Amino acid sequence: MKRDWAPYAVLPVLVLIALPAMGVTNWLVLTVAGLAMGAMLFLMAAGLTLIFGLMDVLNFAHGAFITLGAYVAVSVVAPLAGWAMADSWVMNLAVFAVAIVIASIVSGAVGWGFERVIVRGVYGAPLQQILVTMGGLIVAQQLFIVLWGADAIPLLKPTAFGGSIVVHGAAIEKYRLIALALGLAVFVALHLLLSRTRVGLLVRAGVENREMVEALGYRVRRLFVGVFVVGTALAGIGGVTWAFYQELVTAQLGGDMTILVFIILIIGGLGSVGGSLVGAMLVGLTTNYVGFLAPTVSLGSNILLMVLILLWRPRGLFPVAHG
Amino acid sequence: MSDELLALHGIETRIGRYHILHGVDFAAQRGRVTMLLGRNGAGKTTTLRTVMGLWRASAGRIMFDGRDIAGLGTPDIARLGIAYVPETMGIFSQLTVRENLLLATGREGLTDERLDRLFSLFPALKERFAVPAGVLSGGQKQMLAIGRAVIEPRRLLVVDEPTKGLAPAVIQVLIDAFRRLKQSETTILLVEQNFHMAVSVGDDVAVMDDGRIVHTGSMADLAADDALQHRLLGFSLAVHQ
Repeated sequence: MKRDWAPYAVLPVLVLIALPAMGVTNWLVLTVAGLAMGAMLFLMAAGLTLIFGLMDVLNFAHGAFITLGAYVAVSVVAPLAGWAMADSWVMNLAVFAVAIVIASIVSGAVGWGFERVIVRGVYGAPLQQILVTMGGLIVAQQLFIVLWGADAIPLLKPTAFGGSIVVHGAAIEKYRLIALALGLAVFVALHLLLSRTRVGLLVRAGVENREMVEALGYRVRRLFVGVFVVGTALAGIGGVTWAFYQELVTAQLGGDMTILVFIILIIGGLGSVGGSLVGAMLVGLTTNYVGFLAPTVSLGSNILLMVLILLWRPRGLFPVAHG
Repeated sequence: MSDELLALHGIETRIGRYHILHGVDFAAQRGRVTMLLGRNGAGKTTTLRTVMGLWRASAGRIMFDGRDIAGLGTPDIARLGIAYVPETMGIFSQLTVRENLLLATGREGLTDERLDRLFSLFPALKERFAVPAGVLSGGQKQMLAIGRAVIEPRRLLVVDEPTKGLAPAVIQVLIDAFRRLKQSETTILLVEQNFHMAVSVGDDVAVMDDGRIVHTGSMADLAADDALQHRLLGFSLAVHQ
């Protein structure tokens, strides 16, 4: 069986065909913007693809954990505003890191409770999963309003993360480079976890054939709880990075991203972490390229991208075999 | 201590609206190979899956070494030392051969001694050790599935139709492997349609029809009795290899 290289070519082909359509400077700005957006979307999508791949659970409340991460960042940064506004890379980085760590812990902990109380009762029942997790998202949005208010809350980037660097006449936002670096670092960490550790092997095996993993003596349900917690923690991190990018937090922040996250999962292949990275980058790039070249069709561009990919590869770019 | 390592008493299994097993009774003796034979749809695979807890028995007891395991979950059953090779082989195609084997080991992992023993059973796996299992041939996948089941000492090996769809040369490799496992006194419960395999490795036999056991005895006696084969299986084993 030869490795299928075609799906790997989609991303570079998209980047290259965009170049002649917009000139080098615009292309550079939009490509970095697209990749940075993709990196943030990957953080939101990576956990969900494993959650679905391992237990076939459709968690439409995933967006609530994205929002939760954003609001936790608001609460963490408020008392550390002095650090965020200080003219020091170290202090700026520290406040960003503290926000990410606390948001991931809170999102993961709430995710653990959500799995125990809401998801556990609907394993193997897709319709009920959709209903209760959609309900969970609605309830969570109202809880966010109760806790943080109905008004949008500004969340300014730390001082050093603002501004741009100029490359070949193109102004590249510093924060986009930071978000891109964070997304890629998380991907590398996840890749190492999944390929170099026994737990990672079990997750990959469970995504492919859950029943056989149980027949080898492993409790997949316990494994799934761990994956759910990691997935929701990653969603929280995604929420923090997106909130700093938008510099505004609302109760709808995560819910608004849910459609994009599901498009990424479908494009990449349900259950594939590598696929979700490529899918997220494709969505990020398409959003930026089409937004520049044909703003009137940008709203539907990602749906069109998904349709085209599915016409070519009905199970996504990197489908996971199921035993 | 009873010679019965595994004994099924009045096992009934329902899958959805379908009542598949109607009171299955048979036993697998320690250190022996018990063949489970029967026509297609007789309930052989359902019986094995019920033993493994993959489908729940709605009635009856499954005694393993004197303990009723009918209510246990699949991981708990596996941890008692029962290894399962499903009809579909159940290999993880995106993991390498090494990773497939590693997941079937405990803390000791893949020791040289274990690997030497495995490669003596299935030499073909040695040169394919680092490749994804999905690229193996059908025969190599079956070798990996059985090898994974026996990489650690097991008390009972439950195998579902290992020769299905395989070439005669590969079947002979599997027969040789099962013979060697027999010599190590591993208890084996084996569903098989291949006569050569059944006669070569089987000590005891239980024949199923319509979700019930309709015959138990020695494999040698069944192999020698053409009329009994016709009555129980509807065909002669000799022409069904």
